[in-house]
Amino acid sequence: MRPFKFTAADSLNTAIGIRTKNPEAAFLGGGTNLLDLMKEHVALPNEIIDLGKLNLKTIKATPTGISLGALAKNTETANHPLVRKDFPLLSKAILAGASAQIRNMATNGGNLLQRTRCSYFYDISMPCNKRVPGSGCSAIEGFNRMHAIFGWSEQCVAVYPSDMAIALSALDATVKVMQTNFSERSILMKDFHILPENHPEIDNSLKHGELITSIEIPKNNLASHSAYIKVRDRNSYAFALVSVAAGLNLNGNIIQSAHIAMGGVAHKPWRAIQAEQVLKGKPATLANFTKAAEAEMSAARALSHNQFKIEMGKKTLINALEMALNG
Amino acid sequence: MKQNKTQLTPEEQKLFGDLMPEELEEVINSGFNRRHFIKLMGLATAGLLASHAIGAEQLFARAIETDEIPDLIPEAIENGINVSFKVNSSVKKVLIDSRMTLLDTLRERIGLTGSKKGCDHGQCGACTVIVDGQRVLSCLTLAATCEGKSVITIEGLAKENALNPMQAAFLKHDGFQCGFCTPGQICSAVALMKEAKEGNASYVTKNIREDGKSLLLSDEEIAERMSGNICRCGAYPNIVAAIKEAQSGKNITQNWLFAG
Ligand SMILES: Cc1cc2nc3c(=O)[nH]c(=O)nc-3n(C[C@H](O)[C@H](O)[C@H](O)COP(=O)(O)OP(=O)(O)OC[C@H]3O[C@@H](n4cnc5c(N)ncnc54)[C@H](O)[C@@H]3O)c2cc1C
Ligand code: SF4
Ligand code: FES
Ligand code: FES
Repeated sequence: MRPFKFTAADSLNTAIGIRTKNPEAAFLGGGTNLLDLMKEHVALPNEIIDLGKLNLKTIKATPTGISLGALAKNTETANHPLVRKDFPLLSKAILAGASAQIRNMATNGGNLLQRTRCSYFYDISMPCNKRVPGSGCSAIEGFNRMHAIFGWSEQCVAVYPSDMAIALSALDATVKVMQTNFSERSILMKDFHILPENHPEIDNSLKHGELITSIEIPKNNLASHSAYIKVRDRNSYAFALVSVAAGLNLNGNIIQSAHIAMGGVAHKPWRAIQAEQVLKGKPATLANFTKAAEAEMSAARALSHNQFKIEMGKKTLINALEMALNG
Repeated sequence: MKQNKTQLTPEEQKLFGDLMPEELEEVINSGFNRRHFIKLMGLATAGLLASHAIGAEQLFARAIETDEIPDLIPEAIENGINVSFKVNSSVKKVLIDSRMTLLDTLRERIGLTGSKKGCDHGQCGACTVIVDGQRVLSCLTLAATCEGKSVITIEGLAKENALNPMQAAFLKHDGFQCGFCTPGQICSAVALMKEAKEGNASYVTKNIREDGKSLLLSDEEIAERMSGNICRCGAYPNIVAAIKEAQSGKNITQNWLFAG
């Protein structure tokens, strides 16, 4: 690991102040992603600002929904009575990720900002545009079984690994950020993570020095009709091949609106807009679920080793919608 | 920990200055140690000490403490940090390099080698310890973030001569083979008892919307909740049996038999 100066920030001002001055400084949440990347020499900060003491751990109801502190742990978030009751989709998605130990450490803000698990990104002896812009993408012609089927570019075919964020995307969450001038701004989940295009080194729309303070989810009527399904190589403690977060807003058997996002398929949580459009105003039937899944997957483009994800995506979409319907 | 500054005689200083200039400052600051001694022996064999007879004689006569873990020298590390935290029942104060993980600090500085380094990347759970009541991975925890916290390791679970009930259950059910993953498994399982009591949910919990009540864990629940602890020897069925017995307090029949 590269040597670094360590500061435990006692206020937001200190944290943002230090980072604004030093382009090579990094914030530390639970450390479960950053420390791993530092050990591999993929992340090379020369200064670490521990956010552990900041007062951003509160989970509370707001007039419009719920606010999740950026420094609240994943475990606490998933088990919070309000989250379990009103946003069970989020609890499920968080609990589908990593292990109990890691969820006890991981913070909500850090989870959103975790980097891809593309094995070439982790291997500093291999070319990777995300790690070293312009060096090439080893995965596009390499072993790309885990990689993207939507929204990839010739520059990068990596997928974004968070489970939590897939649920947040389906739930139309907003990310609240403290800017370097100490005024707050809000970023919609759909705009928070970005597609690789020509700049795969950029994962999201956060600017250097900006600090996530909370995640806000608006109220909804999805709680009794939502599901998170994660398909992976082993039953637990593995990243998704494909995952689906689905919530149905039903009036009797008619779907007022469907809220669907997919994980393991793109560089960001993939909002299944095509499927949502097909389902809007239709009866919640297997035939319609199938039509919706087919509509969504028709735009998928497979790589050399991940053709299977297209069929898997379709089946997982249908299963998740059925599970959501049955509550 | 002990900080030993060494007063060198003028003869000794000359000897180090001439023959081992790189070591001079270190000896002055942290004392004459085994490594210096061995190097000196090498020089002696090569006949290089002759002109420094007095200094060398004095040095060879000095007591060398080999069992002491010397404190790191603040000036000698780029980003030294003083942290103090509770480990099992005593407060430890250590000066560490900012890069040190909790795992390395426990093992290398505090001498508690029960917690194991399997992968050092969060993938195996062998380094699991309990920090402020929560099971965490010590290999992905910077020791510098532990200021004021309370850490429990496998060494702190038994009380006097009585094993923790989870340790006893692992023994009874043969919840291990080579034992490498065991300290992590047991710490993880002990913390799991508290999580179940508080009604925490897992990915396989039915009716997640219902508020968490204390729950008796099924085999499926135990397997899911323990999935962060990998066992190369595949002792999983016995680990599940041990946890079930420890949680229910009921005798569970061993699922293995002696051959014959
Ligand atoms: C073995 C293993 C398996 C895993 N499996 C899964 C899985 O199946 N599913 C899944 O979703 N995840 C999985 N994870 C990833 C895990 O969920 C993330 O590592 C974790 O959520 C990151 O949170 P953290 O607080 O530890 O982040 P950190 O490592 O502390 O930080 C990550 C990044 O966010 C930045 N940051 C942190 N907080 C803030 C803030 N408030 N404002 C601005 N920047 C901030 C840091 O500077 C850093 O760049 C796994 C991890 C491991 C090690
Ligand atoms: S897919 Fe992206 S992260 Fe993986 S090697 Fe290519 S550029 Fe790097
Ligand atoms: S050594 Fe920490 S998880 Fe493997
Ligand atoms: S007992 Fe050998 S690794 Fe688990």
